[in-house]
Amino acid sequence: MTDPIVRTSGLRKDFGAVTALSGLDLEIPPHVVYGLLGPNGAGKSTTVRILSTLTRASGGQAVVAGFDVAREPGSVREVIGLAGQDAALDHGLSGRENLRIFGRLSRLGVRGARRRADELLERFDLGHAADRQVGTYSGGMRRRIHLIAGLLRAPEVLFLDEPTTGLDPRSRIGVWESIRDLVADGTTVLLTSQYLEEVDRLASAVAVIDHGRLIAEGSPAQLKSRIGGHIDVVVDSVDHLPGAMAVLERLTGRRPEADGTRIVVAAVGEVPPLPRVVRELDLAGAGIRDIGIREPSLDDVFLSLTGPAARSPEVMA
Amino acid sequence: MILLADGWTLTLRKLLQLRHQPGTLAAMLIGPMVFVVLFGFVFGSAIAIPGGGNYREYLLPGLFVMTTVPAISTAMVAIATDQGHGVIDRLRSMPASRAAVPLGQANSDGITGIFGLTVMLACGLAVGWRAHHGIGKTLAGIGLLLLFRYAMSWIGTFLGLVIPSVQMAAGLAPLTFVISMLSNSFVPTDGMPDWLRTICDWNPVSATVTACRSLFGNPGVPGPDAAWPLAHPVTASLLWLALLLLIFVPLSVRRFARAGL
Repeated sequence: MTDPIVRTSGLRKDFGAVTALSGLDLEIPPHVVYGLLGPNGAGKSTTVRILSTLTRASGGQAVVAGFDVAREPGSVREVIGLAGQDAALDHGLSGRENLRIFGRLSRLGVRGARRRADELLERFDLGHAADRQVGTYSGGMRRRIHLIAGLLRAPEVLFLDEPTTGLDPRSRIGVWESIRDLVADGTTVLLTSQYLEEVDRLASAVAVIDHGRLIAEGSPAQLKSRIGGHIDVVVDSVDHLPGAMAVLERLTGRRPEADGTRIVVAAVGEVPPLPRVVRELDLAGAGIRDIGIREPSLDDVFLSLTGPAARSPEVMA
Repeated sequence: MILLADGWTLTLRKLLQLRHQPGTLAAMLIGPMVFVVLFGFVFGSAIAIPGGGNYREYLLPGLFVMTTVPAISTAMVAIATDQGHGVIDRLRSMPASRAAVPLGQANSDGITGIFGLTVMLACGLAVGWRAHHGIGKTLAGIGLLLLFRYAMSWIGTFLGLVIPSVQMAAGLAPLTFVISMLSNSFVPTDGMPDWLRTICDWNPVSATVTACRSLFGNPGVPGPDAAWPLAHPVTASLLWLALLLLIFVPLSVRRFARAGL
């Protein structure tokens, strides 16, 4: 395995009596989209702020592209891009002017900044609106210009804090394509998002954090296999309910729940294949009106890891 | 070099804003013009200058300085707005020079100050104010006014970085008016109660106003028995400038550069 491009060890951050990060250990491999998930207040934004040199950690260490964020913040700033939660733009200027100014400040030079701004506006199909003042833009437009501003330098590591919040589906897909292009060009993206579908589609590795600590890590598929799916059966009469429930309990090892003629059971680990479920139910003489196996979504993973039931640490053991 | 280049880029940013919103510039200029009429003609008819002299000649240096003080709130609100929009965070995450952001803010405000002062000088000339001591001292007075405004911008830049919200910055903005009023800009301090007089005499605004009166040859320059800053107005105003810049430039730069909360 290649060396991680971002590594934190025992990262801590206290705001007075409140602990935002309590010993976070992350290893992010290069050239991937790495998703950072967690409920509000879990420490996602604090992590991004520390890694992008905006906030100093209270303890522990963080290294980005070989530079220690506390000791060499200037070098870190040379190799990162940041698109934080706020659409950080000057509302009094046009989108193009904003990008040119940020480009000049990113050491692209006057002409380089001009060229790069035009190029990115073209690529994101924003040329038509680029010369209006940002204050007149829709929220989606603002977000896209904001995102472009994080790409001006083609950074080694790009921090995207909820990049598509407030975007319409078409713009969101546009942003996703751009993120994939960036990764293909060699950028590493650290992505936080409220949309788990987004993380599922883009990220090849995901860290779930809660209470400022890593609670699970893996590819989306690995995380999903941890919680399994649901088998959803509708029998044709209440008479068949007990028999069908017994079969489902035997197949999954879990206690099914019934509601009218509908039975739902969670399947942890390997979900039994559908034909087998149907066959077993048939053998038991239960008439089936409808049956489905639902694969877990990342939402299910997220809820099962961070929900109230998951508050005790041994749940993940 | 990087500091100068980035400082210039950020100065440019602010000037571009003004180009997009010419109304802001106009609004900045209309206020002071109203004061020329209001104080010059409405109150001016009732206020007598010790040692005689034309009240408008006395008043105009006060108004010149008065138009520089709101630079505190301009800079404060501008920085707080950038802070609110996350622009300050973005700039902090960039390889741009740490000092460039406050420098850009103060510089651009200094440049808009040149426009403001030009308009005020024209207003003054229109209502009968004149500079009587020749071109050298007149330019010295103008230079002093621009530097004073520059110092005000730095105070505002620091406050903008410290203040947590735009709303609060906007709420504090009118208080800068008080700074101008607690001085000898409009009336001599002689008639004030002792405690108030001390405050007004030692207000940097008073020293600067008196220095301008003395450089322009306008009435109202007190004799050597006045409070020290008013008896030595040019020296006192330069010392004030140096002191304010020495305090607020490093404070602003440090505050901007300081990572985190």
